[in-house]
Amino acid sequence: MFHNLQELRHSASLANKVFIQRDYSEGTTCKFQTKFPSELESRIERTLFEDTVKTLNNYYAEAEKIGGQSYLEGCLACATAYLIFLCMETRYEKVLKKIAKYIQEQNEKIYAPRGLLITDPIERGMRVIEISIYEDRGSSGSSSGSSSVSGSTAR
Amino acid sequence: MKNCEYQQIDPQALPTPTPTPPPHHGKDTEKKKEPRRPRRKWEVFPGKNRFYCDGRIIVARQSGVLPLTLGLILVTSGLFFIFDCPFLVKHLTSCIPVIGGVLFVFVLITLLQTSFTDPGILPRATPDEAADIEKQIDNTGNTSYRPPPRTKEVLINQQVVKLKYCFTCKMFRPPRTSHCSLCDNCVERFDHHCPWVGNCVGKRNYRFFYTFIVSLSFLTAFIFGCVTTHLALRAQGGKGLVFALQESPGSAVELVICFFSVWSILGLSGFHTYLVASNLTTNEDIKGSWSGKSGEDVTNPYSQKNIFINCCSVLCVPMPPSLIDRRGFLPTDESAQTGSADIELPTLAAKSEINVTKPESVPPCVSDHPVLTHCSLCGVSLCLRPSTNTRRRSVWTLLCPALAD
Repeated sequence: MFHNLQELRHSASLANKVFIQRDYSEGTTCKFQTKFPSELESRIERTLFEDTVKTLNNYYAEAEKIGGQSYLEGCLACATAYLIFLCMETRYEKVLKKIAKYIQEQNEKIYAPRGLLITDPIERGMRVIEISIYEDRGSSGSSSGSSSVSGSTAR
Repeated sequence: MKNCEYQQIDPQALPTPTPTPPPHHGKDTEKKKEPRRPRRKWEVFPGKNRFYCDGRIIVARQSGVLPLTLGLILVTSGLFFIFDCPFLVKHLTSCIPVIGGVLFVFVLITLLQTSFTDPGILPRATPDEAADIEKQIDNTGNTSYRPPPRTKEVLINQQVVKLKYCFTCKMFRPPRTSHCSLCDNCVERFDHHCPWVGNCVGKRNYRFFYTFIVSLSFLTAFIFGCVTTHLALRAQGGKGLVFALQESPGSAVELVICFFSVWSILGLSGFHTYLVASNLTTNEDIKGSWSGKSGEDVTNPYSQKNIFINCCSVLCVPMPPSLIDRRGFLPTDESAQTGSADIELPTLAAKSEINVTKPESVPPCVSDHPVLTHCSLCGVSLCLRPSTNTRRRSVWTLLCPALAD
């Protein structure tokens, strides 16, 4: 059992990686599948995992939301020939910072103690949520898995 | 028609490819080798792009006719301000150079933003991710002649959409993403590669592009109108058009340029206004993805069926971030994120000899030995005999079914 992130990085070896794919059922908006991968069954509770993914999905939906405010921002940006993007931080970037903080917090509180580590999707081109599974170096950890069921087609 | 057969190849007979130099060997604890400074990700970017200002500016490697576009705009506007404005200010109103100036600045800024902004390039899959996807693709080891092309179907708003596997980027392309062969990148919401701006037009710079062409049509029409008025005013009183042109030769040049460009630019603006209103991309429109050509009942799953909402979702959606992180520093740990040679998916040096659009790396073929090349047209994995290199081109065209006809 690992107690924090530092311990995880120093005393564990990477055993496997699970990739949570995107859910395109609602279009091209950023949303990840909440299907629970089988490799994590023994490592973490299903509800905790689903909560994390659902919260991330909500963050991305908030970042990409189209409403009155985004319409005004769009018109203002157009009127300034979009130079405003060079000066101001966009709404998306603000939400990405919140997401990074949330993932860091989740890693520290929930995932590292279970020997898991979530990589921020922005570092993978927003295509996947990469969850690294660590094994304690002392134990005979299973080597990289032969099969993975994550990322099945979204129907 | 052709006798297509697979033969085992001997990997040792192949020329060893020179992979893109890895950023570091993974054992260094520091970000750099001893004599080298820390490297940024843009320096090892695998696509065909050029970077300036330490990664802040990105353009396609072939700048196309961007210098010509800039030149035409600058020359026409310059002549306008020098030759036409003084006369029109004296005889009409001083608003004319103001309006012209505003439009000119608008056009220039949006053009540069279109050219220098990342259009929405998707970074290539990391080796772990690519291996994971490979495992999921059904590779039962059957020895059938033609393995199925790699596609995945998803349901978007009750509409079946096929996602294709990109062999260069080693991932399934998200919907509306396309691989630009000129830039060698997958671009999100790919519209087209515009040689006039020297860059792809995609999700992140479409609004700049649209504003550019709309303001350019206004500018061109405005200059055209002003020049016509100027020449008409000079020519009145029986002096004639020739006299007017002699007095103001710059106007002749402007007239020619504007006359020939205003129609195409206006047409392009109109076309893109239609695309924006129906939430389509040029790529989808040209391919007829949603026009129901195949007889099925297909509709555009991305359209909100309301012109105003469509325009908002294309032009007013919050600006998405750049995914390629050009100015980030290369990571120090062993997971090199820049797609250096992977043991499962070797890069090829032989591809330069083959005259088709080719991916840089290939999947293992069904007979479980490395495949020399892969047809990106039909998705066939092909093994080539280790014949002499000069024969490889003809062997390739013989074996590839899509090219054989």
